[in-house]
Amino acid sequence: MTPTHSQAIPRKAARGFLRKYVFSTDHQIIGKQYYFLALFSALVAMLLSWLMRVHLAWPRLAIPGLGELSAAGAPNGMMTPEYYLSLLTMHGTLMIFFVLTTAPQSGFGNCFLPAQIGADEMAFPRLNMLSFWLTFTSLGALLSSFWARGGPATSGWTAYPPLSGLGSITGPGEGWGQSLWIISIALFCVGSLLGALNFITTTLDLRARGMTLMRMPLTAWAWFVTAILMLLSFAVLLAACVLLMLDRAAGTSFFIPAGLIVSGQMIQGHQGGSPLLWEHLFWFFGHPEVYIAILPAMGLTSHLLSCFARKPVFGYRAMVWATIAIGFLGFLVWGHHMFVSGMNPYSAFAFSVLTVVIAVPSAVKTFNWLGTLWGGRLRLTTAMLFALGFVSIFVSGGLSGIFLAEPPVDVQLHATYFVVAHFHLVMGMAAMFGIFSGTYFWFPKMFGRMMNETLGKIHFILTFIGAYCVFMPMYFLGMAGNVRRYAQFVDPYLQPLMPLHRFITVAALGLGAAQMIFVFNLFGSLFGGEKAGENPWEATTLEWVAASAGKDLVVYRGAYEYAVPGKEKDYVMQNAPDASGSRAEKGARDGNAN
Amino acid sequence: MARVLSFTIVLGTAVTVILFWRRVWWFPPNISTQGAGVDREFGLTLLVTGILFVAAQLILAYCIGRGRKSGRAAYNTGNLRMEVARAVLAAATFIGLALSSYRTWARMYFIGAPRNALRIQVEAEQFAYWFRYPGPDGVFGPMHLRLVNDATGNYFGLDPTRDPASRDDIVTATLGIPENRPIELLLMSRDVIHSFYVPQLRIQQDIVPGMVIPIHFTATRTGDYEIVCTQLCGLGHYAMRAPLKVMKEPNFKKWLAKQAAEQ
Amino acid sequence: MATQTKLSVLEETRGGDGDGGNWGEGSRGRFGWDPGAALPVGLTGIWIAMASITMFFAAFTSAMVVRAGLGADWTRVALPHILYLNTAILLASSLTLELSKHCLKAGRAGQFSGWLFATAGLGIAFLAGQLDAWRELAARGVYLARNPACSFFYLLTAAHGIHLAGGLLALFYLVARHRRIAEGAIGGTALKVTTLYWHFMDILWLYLFLMLILWV
Repeated sequence: MTPTHSQAIPRKAARGFLRKYVFSTDHQIIGKQYYFLALFSALVAMLLSWLMRVHLAWPRLAIPGLGELSAAGAPNGMMTPEYYLSLLTMHGTLMIFFVLTTAPQSGFGNCFLPAQIGADEMAFPRLNMLSFWLTFTSLGALLSSFWARGGPATSGWTAYPPLSGLGSITGPGEGWGQSLWIISIALFCVGSLLGALNFITTTLDLRARGMTLMRMPLTAWAWFVTAILMLLSFAVLLAACVLLMLDRAAGTSFFIPAGLIVSGQMIQGHQGGSPLLWEHLFWFFGHPEVYIAILPAMGLTSHLLSCFARKPVFGYRAMVWATIAIGFLGFLVWGHHMFVSGMNPYSAFAFSVLTVVIAVPSAVKTFNWLGTLWGGRLRLTTAMLFALGFVSIFVSGGLSGIFLAEPPVDVQLHATYFVVAHFHLVMGMAAMFGIFSGTYFWFPKMFGRMMNETLGKIHFILTFIGAYCVFMPMYFLGMAGNVRRYAQFVDPYLQPLMPLHRFITVAALGLGAAQMIFVFNLFGSLFGGEKAGENPWEATTLEWVAASAGKDLVVYRGAYEYAVPGKEKDYVMQNAPDASGSRAEKGARDGNAN
Repeated sequence: MARVLSFTIVLGTAVTVILFWRRVWWFPPNISTQGAGVDREFGLTLLVTGILFVAAQLILAYCIGRGRKSGRAAYNTGNLRMEVARAVLAAATFIGLALSSYRTWARMYFIGAPRNALRIQVEAEQFAYWFRYPGPDGVFGPMHLRLVNDATGNYFGLDPTRDPASRDDIVTATLGIPENRPIELLLMSRDVIHSFYVPQLRIQQDIVPGMVIPIHFTATRTGDYEIVCTQLCGLGHYAMRAPLKVMKEPNFKKWLAKQAAEQ
Repeated sequence: MATQTKLSVLEETRGGDGDGGNWGEGSRGRFGWDPGAALPVGLTGIWIAMASITMFFAAFTSAMVVRAGLGADWTRVALPHILYLNTAILLASSLTLELSKHCLKAGRAGQFSGWLFATAGLGIAFLAGQLDAWRELAARGVYLARNPACSFFYLLTAAHGIHLAGGLLALFYLVARHRRIAEGAIGGTALKVTTLYWHFMDILWLYLFLMLILWV
């Protein structure tokens, strides 16, 4: 039953379609499952954002088809304010959890973490399958709330109690919708925890001979650090979800204070809880979550800039330490989401200083990306274009974080479109650019075919311009005092901003339409793309090693040996033996020492 | 493609700089004493981040447009001294900015309201604000949860028959305040988290049920403004607002007397 | 070929008890190393899982400390005395598990199985004792939502109980295969992983019990 010498067993051939493609334990299949789950979620979330944007720009417009989707939420296609909030909650939750956490980490990570470190499988394949199906169930629970009585939750992705803690008395969607939301997120937490466990163990234990930590590709580093963030932060969110559910269902008072009167009705049985306690627990998860979304995209950008500038990563060690520093500091800055929450103002100031400190490793990364490009010989493939776009968007979104890190400035800009612009650029769009560049880059490895480069370039330039047109104007809206999460803009002082809102809506429709090019290219290339070679991008890392090289990989060098003087080609693969035996020996020894 | 992309980046950078420079869309004018500090801090941060923004985008555009066309890329794995120097510089700049905001923040939150401040209670509910002035005795009468009733207009649950301090309290739907006099608001919520935001005052503070959160400010310009809710509080969130009326001292006295007469 | 020699030496030094089939199913023949021996992924995995569980309980207990400091509604609960007995039982179970492991190493198969059975029995006894503590509180009319202190009592004991039940399942797994483990055919890593986790549950309970004594 249990082999003592497992190199003797070949990998078991998967039996039947169900075991091979559905309930698979193969990391590549699971990675693709995650990827397509994220793609589906992204399309739904984008559709929701279209509906919201159209409603904001033209509040009296009946949206065709919406009345059929939800008769209560949009009678005759006219969106009600509570349905707007439902769409907003679903958009945020889908994007943060099911797209930005899922695609770059669980999707690409599953496909390529083992491959890049020279392992042929994740450490716990069955656990891996469980992670995916938990995530799948979680998505099902979330989407099912569209058909629940009262519609989906309306309390945003942050679900602040008491709004989220008292049931349908605080509004439709706060009954079943909110319960389903909490169940969905709790399931997602468990799935992510198991996934993170798998990623960390795989990275620690299953690296190939000679693959020292400091030889790992920066993508692998990013997945590793992200997994640690997930392991520690999702545990806290899970605990918070349990407490919130108990407050709703069992009448406890963790977050619900005494003496509430909602809609003229006294709330009985609750006493002395604190909504701020939820905010602390939520943001203790919430801030690392931001880095969970962006770190893999950062790693991938470093990886691609080096590959397509044909130049080593500028300051590889600095990049690794910056990633670790971001991961560590990410746990110390959650309070900057709470400057106006009623939290102790002295601790607010401490959080402020820590928050600007976390900008330093991000700045180091940006310097080094530019350093990598400087003097490079650029190959502007679509993957590279998206990586370059990432740098531009990350800078435009990231710098506004400095404003929000200063408490008195945050007082003015908090909860306005300035914040919406900030996180959509630095986390949403930048991470989406990461997902796109990863797709164009790894598609040949995932599906054995190339994506169409011409369509890819059109997709890129439209997405790049579209992203700026949609989100840069939101900075100005926020400065003008335009509050976020409003279903309509009825205040007189917001009326002069309506033309800008309409411009944003038109740009958002265009940006969304441009994504159809991507979907078409993806599925078209899946079946009709040009056959890909073993290493189409002439990259150095192990996922591109020809299958014919066998499984017994030994790593002799770092991940970014491009343009090495004196070499025949302008790249040297990590597993290429060195002519001088001494260096190879050193490499193998390092590999075992870890 | 290289030219298209670097041109797009340069153009986008230029448009952004022009829009900020010309102040096409900007903050509403400041009407409070601590607002100048907020605006100054914003301006300083804008200057620093603006320089970094333009520099980074232009270097990126340059690298894309002017990459090597022949031969190999330079083999350059980094420069530790340069990296450390830049990290230290970035840290000094960013921490300097954060520290420079200390005085404004301290003025808002570390120091309490002056003794002569006019104290007003603010009660938020889904989806309205109510304001209570203590009246001539300067004391807020006690609140009784059981008596809270929107239909009869008893938003604060007062019992004037039993509590003498409640008899002269004035409850309004508009926040009327005198110009150039310190105001202290005591923020309370009855149901969910709301927020108190007046962009012109440069003030935003969440109103958390179970807590009484004090804020203070001095308005410097008369006029009619709006208080809006910025914390997602339910379906009527977008329409939750109240008028703010800043008046000259004599006008305020008249206004308050009129409100008292209408009780 | 100097490299090759060096590697084989290293492999030997990392040799272990030659298992891994059940817990380390992913590490199929990594580069010719005996996976369970050289790379016991199960052991790494359990350390990482314990880090995550620590965070989970840290969230609960820090919430408890914050909540206790909030207001006058924090009414302390007299803890049922059976908790002290339960604590002793759980500590004893860690001891029996260690004894069991020791006997396996010493080659005393019969005693190995005996101590293993005893550990599982003590684990069940602990859970039964915790349930009894709940019953006692319920009989006093102290329910989950009575006041925040009892909420946290039920919450922490339940969360710990669920995690401990997981460890109990692992013990059952070992019990079911005790003969083959004694023969040395399987289960070396499984035994190590379970032992580690069981001790962790023990320490976790001591921590939680201390928190309960101090705050609830």
